[in-house]
Amino acid sequence: MSLGEILSFAFVQRAILAGAFIAAVCSILGVFLVLRRMSLIGDGLAHITFGAVAVVLLIGISPLYITLAALPLVMLSSLAILKLTHSKKIHGDAAIGIVSSIGIAVGIVLASLSGGYNVDLFSYLFGNILTVNQTELLLSFIIFIIVISCVIFFYHDLFAVTFDEELAQSMGIKTKRINILLFILTAVAAVLAMKVTGIMLVSAMLILPPLTALQLSISFRMTIIASVIFSILSVFCGIIFSFLLNLPAGGTIVIFNVFFLLIIFGVKKILPVSG
Amino acid sequence: MPVNIISTENLTFCYNGIEVLQNISFAVQKGTYLGLAGPNGSGKSTLIKNILGILQPRQGNINLFGQPLAAFREWNKIGYLPQRLAALNTQFPGTVREIVQLGMGSKGNSHNLRETLRMMGIEHLSSRLIGELSYGEQQRTMLARALASKPELLIFDEPTTALDPQTRENFYLLTRELNSHHGTTIILITHDTGVLGNYARHLLYLDKKVVFSGTFEDFCASQDMTGLFGPASQHIICHQHDRSNG
Repeated sequence: MSLGEILSFAFVQRAILAGAFIAAVCSILGVFLVLRRMSLIGDGLAHITFGAVAVVLLIGISPLYITLAALPLVMLSSLAILKLTHSKKIHGDAAIGIVSSIGIAVGIVLASLSGGYNVDLFSYLFGNILTVNQTELLLSFIIFIIVISCVIFFYHDLFAVTFDEELAQSMGIKTKRINILLFILTAVAAVLAMKVTGIMLVSAMLILPPLTALQLSISFRMTIIASVIFSILSVFCGIIFSFLLNLPAGGTIVIFNVFFLLIIFGVKKILPVSG
Repeated sequence: MPVNIISTENLTFCYNGIEVLQNISFAVQKGTYLGLAGPNGSGKSTLIKNILGILQPRQGNINLFGQPLAAFREWNKIGYLPQRLAALNTQFPGTVREIVQLGMGSKGNSHNLRETLRMMGIEHLSSRLIGELSYGEQQRTMLARALASKPELLIFDEPTTALDPQTRENFYLLTRELNSHHGTTIILITHDTGVLGNYARHLLYLDKKVVFSGTFEDFCASQDMTGLFGPASQHIICHQHDRSNG
């Protein structure tokens, strides 16, 4: 089957479009998270998403709206992580651990109450971008616009907080508000990303493209752009190859993310370092 | 009537229940070059962080440019260079240009940027990532960031520890020029008594509370300060101050 034929399918077009929007959102936010050593928040929020999806399935909300229904729960959990981290009695990694354990525990108990792991819950654990529906495509586009707008509008503040939070405070930047914004947007990204890679691999969407871009040693602005390019490229290649070789799309996308990271590592080893 | 750029009243700050600052009251008038001194752990950096809103005091009032800290919004009037450059994230992909622009806020334009980079002698480094630079070059970049918005108040916390003697001398001469020709108020935290004597005109000596606050003339006449610095050091500081201020 040719590339043109694959791209002619409506569900593939939807998958590529939604995947690209979600990949862009994750890879932009990921740059800020990786540089602030908060990468694992993606993992934590993914576990919370598991719990949230179990709650939503137990209540019996239509699978069409699961992403929308899980959002408030995951957003609240991200704020709980932030609150615990700011209490200064618990380190950030421990705060992520506490909240994500609660998410997994709630998910397991609720899945058991609803008669075990059903097909729906499994589909969210491992994701399937090829089944993305119109509502999810529209939602991913809206979230993409919101995240892009927030990053452009708050770019100066986000840059300052990422560089040095204390320095940002001394410049009058309301760092708590910026952190809340970043955590809420990350929660939204994590919920969206579960459709692409599944809950198990959400953090890969947040970590791998920024990490690849950071290897290029380019300016902050260009790092964000490179991160988006690597991420979208991985989604595109992942979807096409998974379709051609009948592989799970989520895993294939993440493998392409790793592939690009290894390529850049290799090129850096071979080429002499400038400056 | 002289304008107070900074004033604090009964400022107390606690860390884990221990009072690090006790009832600090002082004022800095416009155009002052203040040396902030004291032994390690005396609360110098903590005081500055309280003034800048980084740390929250347990009690007391802070005013910046005549406004309560909570209501103060004109942060581009203040340039701050923190002490802990060693904690700089060397993986951060910010170029020198991006870091200096950070200090310019909305006032930034390419002319101001070039001027600031030239003033600090880092124009040729503008496209380099901050993590790729030497410690001294990083320090100059951070100084350029602090100076970029042409602030009315500059606060330097041990600013020249990583600089070579020539750059260090140039830096202090620049602070003197900013202070005497542009009226920029300067607060300088340093352990270097030579620098204090040479450049500062007022001295605030802290040891959790204010031990001394006044001009260098008061300092040189103070028996309490003789006890703290020793007669020889006090004499050298006063001699340097007299010489450099004519």
